Amino acid sequence: MGKRDLLRGNEVIAEAAIRAGCQCYFAYPITPQAELLEHMARNMPRLGRTFVQAESEIAAVSMVYGAAAAGVRTMTSSSSPGISLKQEGISYLAGSNLPAVIVNVVRGGPGLGDIAPSQCDYFQATKGGGHGDYHMIVLAPSTVPEAGELTMLAFELADRYRTPVMILTDGLLGQMMEPVELPEPIDPASIPAKPWATTGASGRDPNIILSFDLDPEVLRQMNLDLQAKYRRIEEAELRYEETMTEDADLVIAAHGTMARIAETVVRRAREEGLKVGLFRPITVWPFPYEPLRELSSHVSTVLTVEMSAGQMWEDVRLAVAERAATPFYGEMGGIVPTPRDILSEVRKHAG
Amino acid sequence: MPRGTVRIDEERCKGCGLCIAACPQQVLGFSGELNHSGYNVVHMERPSACVGCAFCAMTCPDIAIEVYRQKVPAQS
Amino acid sequence: MQVETADMVKVFSRPQSLTAAKSTYCPGCHHGILTRIIGKTIDELGIAERTVCIAPVGCSVFAYNWYRCDAIQAAHGRASAVATGVKRADPNLIVFAYQGDGDFASIGTAESIHAANRGENITVIFVNNQVYGMTGGEMAPTSLVHQKTTTTPAGRDPAQVGYPIRFSEMIAQLDAPTYITRQALFDTRRILDTEEAIKKAFENQVNEKGYSLVEVLSTCPTNWRMSPIASNKHVADVVTEVFPLGDLVDRR
Repeated sequence: MGKRDLLRGNEVIAEAAIRAGCQCYFAYPITPQAELLEHMARNMPRLGRTFVQAESEIAAVSMVYGAAAAGVRTMTSSSSPGISLKQEGISYLAGSNLPAVIVNVVRGGPGLGDIAPSQCDYFQATKGGGHGDYHMIVLAPSTVPEAGELTMLAFELADRYRTPVMILTDGLLGQMMEPVELPEPIDPASIPAKPWATTGASGRDPNIILSFDLDPEVLRQMNLDLQAKYRRIEEAELRYEETMTEDADLVIAAHGTMARIAETVVRRAREEGLKVGLFRPITVWPFPYEPLRELSSHVSTVLTVEMSAGQMWEDVRLAVAERAATPFYGEMGGIVPTPRDILSEVRKHAG
Repeated sequence: MPRGTVRIDEERCKGCGLCIAACPQQVLGFSGELNHSGYNVVHMERPSACVGCAFCAMTCPDIAIEVYRQKVPAQS
Repeated sequence: MQVETADMVKVFSRPQSLTAAKSTYCPGCHHGILTRIIGKTIDELGIAERTVCIAPVGCSVFAYNWYRCDAIQAAHGRASAVATGVKRADPNLIVFAYQGDGDFASIGTAESIHAANRGENITVIFVNNQVYGMTGGEMAPTSLVHQKTTTTPAGRDPAQVGYPIRFSEMIAQLDAPTYITRQALFDTRRILDTEEAIKKAFENQVNEKGYSLVEVLSTCPTNWRMSPIASNKHVADVVTEVFPLGDLVDRR
C-alpha cells in the first residue's frame, strides 16, 4: 500500500501524468488550472523531462502535436477559453491519429466568463469543438483520486487508439483537497511501440504524419477509418457507474463534480424514503447510451443535473427516448447547485 | 569534342526557361516539343558548346537536369 | 533526347535525400531550387535518417513528399511550435520547418517569434515571395508597397494595410537566435550563397548551436504575372531594395 497524501485535484492530475510516463508537457497559464502547470514546472525538469510554458494556447497544443508525432507521451492543460483556442490543434491531433492528453479544468463561460466551476464545455468536449468529423475520448472524474486514475487511463487509451483524450473536470475538483493514494508509476516498457512515429527514417521508409489529402476518395477513406476507430472505442471503452439504481423510481443523471454532489442527494432522498438512484457517465464520449436506455425502461424519471444550460441533457434524452420523463435542473455562471437545491428538485419529480 | 553535356528529364521540365538564361554558353533552347504535361521542354541547341558548368542544373526548379563532364580534360 | 555520356563523369544530379516525386510548383517558382538545396545539404551532412521536415500550409504544403525523411504536416503558421515539440521530445532529431511568408510572418507570428526567442535548436527556412500563392495571389505581410494582388487590386496602400514586414530584422533584435540571414535565388551566385547559408543553418543545429533562420527571397511568376526571367530581375532590382540580402545575426 502506498501512502495517502492530501492533494488538490490539479496536482493529482499533474502527478498522475508524470507517473503515466508523460515526457513532454506544454501549457499556458490560466485559472483555475495554474497548480497543474506549476506542479509540472517544478517536477518535469527535475526528472529530465520537458516543461515548456508556451507563448499561447495554440502554440502549446501545436507543441503537443509535434511531441506526439515524435512518439512520446505528451499533455497540455488549460481552462475553457484556453481550450477554445486549442481546438485547431485538437482537430489536427484527431485527423492525424496522434495520441495526446488534454485537460480542461472548466470555468464559467461563454467568453471570458468567470473562474468558478462549470460544466458548460460539455458540447465542445463531446461533440467535437474543432472542425471536421472527429471525436475524442472524454473522461469525467468525480473525485480527486479518480482524477488521478483517469489521467493514467487517458494516456493508455490515447496510445491504444492513437487519439486525443480529454480529462473534463472543473475548478471545484481542481482546487479540492482530498486524501489520495497516488497510482504507481507505470513501467516505461509497457508503453506500446510506435512504429508510425517520426523518430528518424533509419532502416525504414519515412513516416509522414498528416491529416491532409486533396483527393476526396483518399480523404473519405481517412474519415471512414476514423469512424471505424470511434465504433471500436464505443464498443470497448464505455465507462459509467450506477448507484442504488436497482429499485430506483427516479434516477439522477450527472457527471463529474455534479455526480459527486448528486450522490449526497441520493443518500438523503433514501433517508426520506424516496427511491432515488444515480447514473454517472465516466466516459462522456463515448456516452453510455445503451446502459442508460436499459435503465430508463425500469424508472419513471431520469432527472439530469448539470452546471450548464442542459448540454448532457441532450444525450440523456437521446438515450431515454421517452421511455421515462426527462426533466432538467441546472445552474450556470459558476453557481454550484447544493444538495438541498437538487433534493427539492427530486421531490418535485419523485413519487 | 564537347567538354560537358547535360541530360534533361523531359517529363520533369516545365519549360520555365531559367536554365536557358543561366547558361553562359547559350547551349540550351526550347525544343518546341511538348511533354505529357504540355510543357515546351528545353533541349541542347548547341551541345558542342557545353562546358559542364552546371549553372543550368543549379537554377532548375524542377531538378530536371543532370550534368556530365569529360573525365580527362580535352587536348588542345 | 539521348546524349552520349559514356566517357563522362556525372557532376550534378538529383540529391539522394529527395524522393522521385515530381514537383507541384508552377514553372519557374523558386521553391524547387530551395528543395534541391535542402536535399543537397541533408546529403552532405549525412542526416537524412534523423531529419524531420515540418511542412506548412501554403504552396509548400506538400513538402512532406519531397524528402526521404520523416515529416509532419503542421497547421497554418504553427510549424515552429510543432518543430519545438519534436525537438524537445527527441533532441537527437534534426528538425527543420519550411514556411512561406503568410505561414511564418502572418498567421504564425507568435509561434515564429517565440521559437526564435527560446533559441530552439531548430532550422527554419522562411520563403518570402510577397504573395499568397496557393489561395490565388492575395496580399502577404511581405507584399511590397503598391504591389497589386488579388486583395489589393489597386496596389498595397500603406495607409490602409501598412508596410511590408521585415520579419527577419524583427527576430534579429532578440538575444537568443544564433544565425539569421536573408538570401535569394535570382542568379547562380545567389544560389551558391543560399546553399552556403542553408548548410550553415543545418550545421548549427547538428552542432547544437541553437536557432537558425534562413529567409529566402523567392519568386511567384504565376501570381506576380511575370515571366520567370522577369521575376528574377524583379527580385534583383526591386525586392532586394526592400529586403536587403545578407547576414543579420551570426553568433556561432
